[in-house]
Amino acid sequence: MLKQLVQLIGVQFKEFFREPGIIFWAFLFPILMAWGLGIAFTKKGELVQRVAVVIDNSDTENLDLTTVAGFENNLTPTLEGEWEKRIGNDKIGITNYKFNTLSWEDAITQVKKGKVDLIMFTKDDQLSYHFDPLNPEAQLAYLQISSALSTSNFQESSDEVEPLTQVGTRYIDFLIPGLIGMNIMMSCMWGISYSMIDKRAKKLLRRMEATPMKKPIFLLAQFIARLTLGTMEAIILIIFAHLYFDIRIEGNVLALLLTFIAGNMAFTGLAILISSRTANPQIGNGLINLVVMPMMVLSGVFFSYHNFPDWAVSFIELLPLTMLADTMRSIFTEGMGLAEALKPIAVLLAIGAITFTTGLRVYKWY
Amino acid sequence: MKEAEAIIQVEQVKKHFKQVKAVDGVDLEIKKGEFVALLGPNGAGKTTLVEMIEGIQNPDAGNIRIKGLDWKHHTDELHRTIGLSLQETRFIDKLSVVETLKLFASFYNLDKHRIEEILALVNLTEKRKSWVVNLSGGQRQRLALGIALLNNPEVLLLDEPTTGLDPTARREVWDILLKLKNKYNTTLILTTHYMEEASYLCDRIVIMYSGKVLAKGTLEELLSEYVKGEVIDFSVDRPFAEAELPQKESLLKIALEASGTKGEIIVDDLVAFLPGFLEFVKNKGLTLTSLECRKMTLDDLFIALTGRHIND
Repeated sequence: MLKQLVQLIGVQFKEFFREPGIIFWAFLFPILMAWGLGIAFTKKGELVQRVAVVIDNSDTENLDLTTVAGFENNLTPTLEGEWEKRIGNDKIGITNYKFNTLSWEDAITQVKKGKVDLIMFTKDDQLSYHFDPLNPEAQLAYLQISSALSTSNFQESSDEVEPLTQVGTRYIDFLIPGLIGMNIMMSCMWGISYSMIDKRAKKLLRRMEATPMKKPIFLLAQFIARLTLGTMEAIILIIFAHLYFDIRIEGNVLALLLTFIAGNMAFTGLAILISSRTANPQIGNGLINLVVMPMMVLSGVFFSYHNFPDWAVSFIELLPLTMLADTMRSIFTEGMGLAEALKPIAVLLAIGAITFTTGLRVYKWY
Repeated sequence: MKEAEAIIQVEQVKKHFKQVKAVDGVDLEIKKGEFVALLGPNGAGKTTLVEMIEGIQNPDAGNIRIKGLDWKHHTDELHRTIGLSLQETRFIDKLSVVETLKLFASFYNLDKHRIEEILALVNLTEKRKSWVVNLSGGQRQRLALGIALLNNPEVLLLDEPTTGLDPTARREVWDILLKLKNKYNTTLILTTHYMEEASYLCDRIVIMYSGKVLAKGTLEELLSEYVKGEVIDFSVDRPFAEAELPQKESLLKIALEASGTKGEIIVDDLVAFLPGFLEFVKNKGLTLTSLECRKMTLDDLFIALTGRHIND
């Protein structure tokens, strides 16, 4: 029995490490992603926003905008022939608004392309703003520009503003636990499902089933191998995040470990259920995506899901990845203890147990 | 054949898939130490039958027993009794020969010593460290055979073990199998659509077609029972009529092509018939452009039974 288990786990490792590409995708890619996203959203410089200015009855480009009503003394010309205004300060963040004169049609095209969020339209000294009221960036641009233009000396009052940069509240603190959760999902769903479907297509499952091999041992080996590899991936990612972004685990490390294992079990179970019938890699691909894609988008790995409508949130909170990522995030940043983590751990284990037994029951070995 | 001698018993076994009757009432008894070929074209039901004997598929009706045991109650014991290779199993690409053997050996709880024996037996000792992906077709089949032989099985079931191999590689597999027969008295069922393989390796041949057994017996039995006589294949320069042929009484069958210049004659005694035939050709002023005399083969047998060539 033990010999079988050791051999089966060993085979998983060999398959894994003999595929050079996998090393990159499993170990380096998550770090690159954390690094890229962490830089992009944490070490924010000044933001550049483009605004289209449409002057009625005029199609002349590079018009001197300071002659237009409301813009006097407010704009500085740039080397590229544009006009700009910087609004804000270090504490509230600086946005550099760049103004371009365009025809109405061109301005609309720019909006469609997402290059411009706000159009300013002037006619006979009357200024009007055009933007999508559901677009928060456009709203902010409108509020900032309109107040800057109406009070010629915009008081960028910032006495009461204190920027939050302490560890635990930054975007990267939000991101890393989510990434670890996503890695568990990806590694189980693709690693286990795909290798099972591939072995079924090769008739290797059928061949193995025709020996005295114990089936639960075979599936257990999948779980243990994935858990071990997943742990390695997570440790590497955590070490990187700690060294580079100074991320710390505020809560109970044992709780984190148990959540991690429970998450692995939930997704191993799901992977086995998903791969229990098909021998067609294309169908397998679709099935895996069916599970993975909604959770990637909804479960709040990259951005909070609390902006979705309430009815959606209550559904999203039931997704295994949401549970996994939220619990790990709370342990990382809020200092969640073992007692509070027990409930999501139990739910994840239950998901794993149900999907695993169902999968094993309907499993097609040939 | 006495009941006690049969190591494999197949009784009225049926397996239907939707519209297709893959196996349609097959009876078979195989004695210990016997080499039996299941011969038939693709789609004859050979693989389905073998996989039912291997316990991989369940028959819809009928019984299968190996050493008196059935799959329902003795799964583990039977898995230890038999060895098998499936049609075109692909093993893990980036695992070496010896690692693949180790994996399967662990299922039978076998030690390193046995792996070395197998490597020697299937001639892969030199290739032990090669990854499966880098093996030739023949080497892969020998690896599959080696895995089948790990547990020193009493009963070996091989599904098309040499399909797609070149003659040398095929011969290597045959040599291994004959060694087993002589040394271990292994019982073998193999499926094939190579007549040559069936007649060279096997004591008995079972001809399958459309899910049924058409004929079974030794090669000699089959030939003498189903196809009598010897064959003359010939062609001449000008057409002649069938009715003009001499010695009608010894003529079993004649098949002239539409052109009337080419044909096949089957006679019960070639030595007696041929001089008269040659004289007839001479007297008619015909010139033979080709002439070939031969014994009946499995091919002729197959055509006689099914009306088609096996590899059509």
